Amino acid sequence: MNYRWDWGILLKDPYFSWIASGFGWTCAVAILAWIIALSLGSVIGVMRTLPHPVPRAIGTAYVELFRNIPLLVQLFLWYFVVPEVLPREAGMFLKRGLPMPEFWTAVVCLGFYTGARVAEQVRAGINAIRSGQRQAALAMGLTLTQVYRYVLVPVSYRIIIPPLTSDFLGVFKNSSLALTIGVAELTARSRQIEEYTFQGIEAFATATVLYSVVTFAVMALMHMTEKRTRIPGLISLEAK
Amino acid sequence: MIRTFRTALAAAAIVLAGALPALAQESPTLKKIKASGEISIGHREASVPFAFMDQAGKPQGYSVDLCLKIVDEVKKELNLPNLKVKFVAINAQTRIPLIANGTIDLECGSTTSNLTRAKQVDFLPVTFITGSKLLVKKGSGIKSLADMNGKRASVSSGTTNEKAFLAEVEKRKIKVETVMVKDHPQAMLNLESGRVDAYASDDVLLYGMISTAKDPGQWEVVGEFFSYDPYSLMIPRNDSEYRLLATRTISDLMRSGEMASIYNKWFNPGPTKINMPLSSDLKKAFEIQALPH
Repeated sequence: MNYRWDWGILLKDPYFSWIASGFGWTCAVAILAWIIALSLGSVIGVMRTLPHPVPRAIGTAYVELFRNIPLLVQLFLWYFVVPEVLPREAGMFLKRGLPMPEFWTAVVCLGFYTGARVAEQVRAGINAIRSGQRQAALAMGLTLTQVYRYVLVPVSYRIIIPPLTSDFLGVFKNSSLALTIGVAELTARSRQIEEYTFQGIEAFATATVLYSVVTFAVMALMHMTEKRTRIPGLISLEAK
Repeated sequence: MIRTFRTALAAAAIVLAGALPALAQESPTLKKIKASGEISIGHREASVPFAFMDQAGKPQGYSVDLCLKIVDEVKKELNLPNLKVKFVAINAQTRIPLIANGTIDLECGSTTSNLTRAKQVDFLPVTFITGSKLLVKKGSGIKSLADMNGKRASVSSGTTNEKAFLAEVEKRKIKVETVMVKDHPQAMLNLESGRVDAYASDDVLLYGMISTAKDPGQWEVVGEFFSYDPYSLMIPRNDSEYRLLATRTISDLMRSGEMASIYNKWFNPGPTKINMPLSSDLKKAFEIQALPH
């Protein structure tokens, strides 16, 4: 294979601004999806640990549904199928009415998918707390809501920070699938540069570096959060 | 002992190399084909009627027929009547890298010959002439690109149409939201679901899409050409011997008139009823490129 290297291409316009805007869209998709995932995942995760069977069943159904379908299939379902099964008006809104429908479809899809994973982490975190704590809190006269609000949730979140980091990183990496429905994020832009200039190796190497930068930043952020929120004598980080 | 073995091996290699036809030595592609007993052809899957799948899932079409003619010539040249043909499915994004890295030896699809691409691959003589137009739903009110202001359009990423469309939109200072798609079927899905108002591609491919659509009467191709796209088959770069062989095959087809009959088989009216008789431009192009021996 005779390849002609040309790193300078990445500094030329429009390629430089393509990479920059692609990076911006990647971060936008990932961060918004993560906000959805974290809020939805927390609610579903808590539901799966409640004593009442109905919320438990709903939570389980949600997790099984969103965890067991490949992400790419989910993306196509959200993009191609959901607007068609909705009433005509609502479908058209999803397809045309929204500004940037592809972007929001990707955000929602990624958020719901990652939400199922976050829910499992939250459930695992709550279940990891010895049942004595829950019983003690109830015995002190706290209501169930208070037990969750003041005892179970704050402690379980501290326990699950390390596994949550993986999901936070995953949301950035999975955001690259958005290109299949036409979101011009980082990977899509790298491909476009390859198609215009055939300098694919340079474009994808740059994308790799940018993905690494953002994932290292996430790791640092999560590590900092873990350190700052730890309760002495409770979390495994203390042992280090 | 080892030394004598090595000497013998070297001697055997020299003798063998001498025995091979001179041509196969000079052309890296032909050498590779000879060594593996197999030629890899890259084909598009939904570029009707250039390269698309038949009911049994086998690639067929105008470009595929031309490629098979070149394969026949390679068989003759290398004296390999049982040369195996391996079909590799490609798309707009993979076609050039796969030729450049040697995965496929010949590309038969619907590829516009241009100078940027020629930095990575070689193009054979022009075998079809088309240009970019818009596919829209009948009654959409869109008659040309000028009517696209404020509308949404799909373009296939990695195509010359994408470039031409974006450049034209910029030149006319109109606002068009573009949605990138991977291939023609995805573009059709976007059109059918009403997600976009138009799809910009080569007019012949648009007619091909209409001919295979669920409801052909519903669609129309509109506007003036906003780019000019001569199609060629692609081969690896820096391989003059192989290029000569392939060019000769195509030239011979053009001179003998066989090219026109292959054309008629696929386009006039063609198995998909595309119904595009040989244009005078293309007829002239065939005549000019039928180089004498």
